[in-house]
Amino acid sequence: MTPLLDALFLQAGHNAALVAIGAGLLGYASGATGTFLFLRKRALLSDAAAHATLPGVALAFIVMVALGGDGRNLAGLLLGSAITAAIGLVTVQWIVAHTRLTEDAAIGAVLGVFFGVGVVLLTVIQTMSSGRQAGLEDFLLGSTAGMLRQDALVIAAGGALALALTWALRRPMTLVSFDADFATAAGYRVSRIDLMMMLAALVVTVIGLKVVGLVLIVALLIIPPVAARFWTESVGRMIWIAGAIGGISGYAGAAVSASAPNLPTGPIIVLMAAGVFVASLLFAPVRGVAAAFIRQRRFKARVHHRQGLLAIARQEPIRETFTLRLLQRENLIRADGVPTEAGRAAAAKVSRDERRWDIARRIHQDAGLTGRYDGLTPIEDVFTADEIQEFDRRIGPPVAVEG
Amino acid sequence: MGAEFVQFSLTPILIGILASVACALPGNFLILRRQALIGDAISHVVLPGIVVAFLLSGVVAAMPMLLGAAASAIVAVVLIELVKRVGQVEPGAAMGVVFTTLFAAGVLLLEQSDTSSVHLDVEHALMGNLESLIWLRAGGWGSLFDPVALATLPPELGRMALACAVMIALTLVFWRWLKIATFDEGFAEALGIPAAPLGFGLVIASALAAVAAFEAVGSIIVIAMFICPPAAARLMTSNLERQVLWSVVFATLSAVAGYVMAGYGPLWLGGSDSVSAAGMIAAVSGVILGLACLFGPHRQRVGAARSGGVG
Amino acid sequence: MTGTAGTKDVVAARIGSGHRGASSGEAALSVRGLTVSYAEKPAVFSVDAAFAAGAMTAIIGPNGAGKSTLLKACLGIVPRLSGEVELFGQPLEKARHRIAYVPQRASVDWDFPATVLDLVKMGLFRSVGLFGRLRGEPEARARACLERVGMAGFADRQIGQLSGGQQQRVFLARALAQGADLYLLDEPFAGVDAATERAIVDVLRTLKSEGKTVIAVHHDLATVTEYFDRVFMINVSPVAEGPVAEAFTAETLMAAYGGRLAATHVDELALAGTRV
Repeated sequence: MTPLLDALFLQAGHNAALVAIGAGLLGYASGATGTFLFLRKRALLSDAAAHATLPGVALAFIVMVALGGDGRNLAGLLLGSAITAAIGLVTVQWIVAHTRLTEDAAIGAVLGVFFGVGVVLLTVIQTMSSGRQAGLEDFLLGSTAGMLRQDALVIAAGGALALALTWALRRPMTLVSFDADFATAAGYRVSRIDLMMMLAALVVTVIGLKVVGLVLIVALLIIPPVAARFWTESVGRMIWIAGAIGGISGYAGAAVSASAPNLPTGPIIVLMAAGVFVASLLFAPVRGVAAAFIRQRRFKARVHHRQGLLAIARQEPIRETFTLRLLQRENLIRADGVPTEAGRAAAAKVSRDERRWDIARRIHQDAGLTGRYDGLTPIEDVFTADEIQEFDRRIGPPVAVEG
Repeated sequence: MGAEFVQFSLTPILIGILASVACALPGNFLILRRQALIGDAISHVVLPGIVVAFLLSGVVAAMPMLLGAAASAIVAVVLIELVKRVGQVEPGAAMGVVFTTLFAAGVLLLEQSDTSSVHLDVEHALMGNLESLIWLRAGGWGSLFDPVALATLPPELGRMALACAVMIALTLVFWRWLKIATFDEGFAEALGIPAAPLGFGLVIASALAAVAAFEAVGSIIVIAMFICPPAAARLMTSNLERQVLWSVVFATLSAVAGYVMAGYGPLWLGGSDSVSAAGMIAAVSGVILGLACLFGPHRQRVGAARSGGVG
Repeated sequence: MTGTAGTKDVVAARIGSGHRGASSGEAALSVRGLTVSYAEKPAVFSVDAAFAAGAMTAIIGPNGAGKSTLLKACLGIVPRLSGEVELFGQPLEKARHRIAYVPQRASVDWDFPATVLDLVKMGLFRSVGLFGRLRGEPEARARACLERVGMAGFADRQIGQLSGGQQQRVFLARALAQGADLYLLDEPFAGVDAATERAIVDVLRTLKSEGKTVIAVHHDLATVTEYFDRVFMINVSPVAEGPVAEAFTAETLMAAYGGRLAATHVDELALAGTRV
């Protein structure tokens, strides 16, 4: 078998299998967790949390060395990162609540400043005798090279925690993301639910540091939910679709990365997810770009079609070139702009329907029926044949449209 | 403050100030337009630009890298706009999707290409090397008037001065348009002011400032300076003209104090080595913002926020 | 649409001989086949309209009927799917200097760092350009506009500190500073106090007496007959148009608002039909 297939079927060695499973779990947890951040329009909050982990990692290293231990203990480093990331998130909240600054500015400020402090601390560590081989730079871009069984277990446990939190609170979270004011009125503590949302994202961010690094964990929290949004209108389903996109990207990305040299795990995973996003953006059946483009073209043609026929009926000149080309293509007008027989007939029909609608709105003064008037729905779809006959009786006999 | 200062500290401090001001100026408008994170996005996508430039040109030189970084920044801005409009994705998420993807592509390219022989790494991109932009040939303050010594000034100084001058000029020239289009885009368009191209131009100009600064001082300063000085300035005054002046003051203060504290702070504390100047400048700007959040005379919002208008 | 022959006479009668000359009965703003659509649901559909010069016209219709969208499309702020717009017989771009615009108050962030005078001066940005002088005579003009809306004493106030009615007056002052012939206002009376409403109406009536044209999106049916001389009724498509006496009737209202307008409410309105 090829190296890629080996890796995909966990046949490429113990470490590769561990990494693939760990990355798959991480991807699933981050996709599902990121869904509510995205729906709450706070996707980039994860960016602030991720960058704010750096000073925590560095401080944890310094503290552990000062206590005489090995500075590289993963659990210790992750604990440190979680603490500063939480401080960063609280700072964002505080700035938004207590100053005139908006959330994007608060996120950017926390992100830049915490990261700056982290870099300062990294240079401090480099000057420490035990710091030369600390390898803390791995947390920037992730490193799965020396992943241990216990690392995979940490990821699995953290991922399960974040998933459980998201699942348990999916209803209040849905409510808060859709309409925070209504949620407050309904008796939910919005700030507490927001906090839980961020806690779940924080857990994913921290466990993701090892695999994909602090810059790219943001991608795993954002890209799968955005891609999932193209496929469904239901929040419940969106969580699992986003999870699946993240999980598949994580698993397949790790496998691809293990199949050849110079394919770093984090970037490959992110590019996998980005591929799914692009495919969703373009080809999703309803919300996709291709579908929307075709619908918009058709709609525009319908509007111009009707507009042009009305102009013919009123014997006004048609000036817009789009309309002219459209009607020519449909053989409703000749190349010189003069209506054809079919064009005159169609114009008479459109003009008659307009008058029928006028009458209809006068007779049926309820929004239920007349609210459906958009000029494009055929009147036959809204009213019965005898109702239309009644309109016609009031209008009088048909009038021919002159060429 | 003698010859040693001129040799080792003057040019890094000047470059730091110029970079900070160049980023803080457009940052004022980005913050008011709720696009503060565009600086963050741009500083991430600079990496793939630089790698591609290296792969195409085969050399590690300032010009190709600047061009590559600028090109990738523009590509990113266009992509973000595209995802936002075409996919109807909320701006923050659109930004997050695009910049992380491009960054991942940059890291992958970097690993794939054989760059081990050259100095091109992620760490450098993040932290810059402000400390190395020294003026070795300077013998003291007198060198400022010595053409031979002046010719050996680090080229980054000239480039950064140019970038800063361009940003100042653009801010002054388009002041009125920026002000009105930022406050009330609909009214600006009704006046016939090209508000949409102007907004795009602002982002592109920010990208160019970021790229120029990035080359000299690394992306940390860029991210922090786009946001912290203007944000702190916003809490100091309710007048746009004064806000921009305050942001320049804060940017300058961050650069000077950050550099000095990074270089001399550890010595004062009994240490022996300096710490990252870029990181320290970002940290100082954060302290200034923190103080402004706590004590700024105009820290509370006064006017009602915009609501989604229908009709 | 109702025929324009009769309405021309009405307009001419109201604005007197001053405006007759070359533009006898000329429309200040005319729209042909205008459709605006955000997705596949049109916000404004197939609108033909001619807004008479020198008149005060109210654009009325239920919520979501496309009133504001119609204004914005006329100004080129939202893109048109189809249709043409002419101002004083010229294409939009050639006549921009002749329109002033008052957007909805809620459409901007009032925490923006600017003073009242700063905001009014924005109305001068087109005429003075990027570098033209804003002090001296232009500033005096801006202050005079503030005076007209009764806000002269507030010139140096931070805009966020104004009440809703004061914000609306400042927006109107900014439009006055544009020195236009046609004033397009989007819900100028929404959420303002009674004193402000009177002040705004006074200014609009003065504009009319100076021969200017006023078109306002209006939501309060009870004041239509008192404030305006013409109405344009829309519910995505145009429903009725003409002098208040002819077009603002129980029948047209029912056609535009349908079941959303309680019958009792219609009876309470000072309808033209019941007054005549």
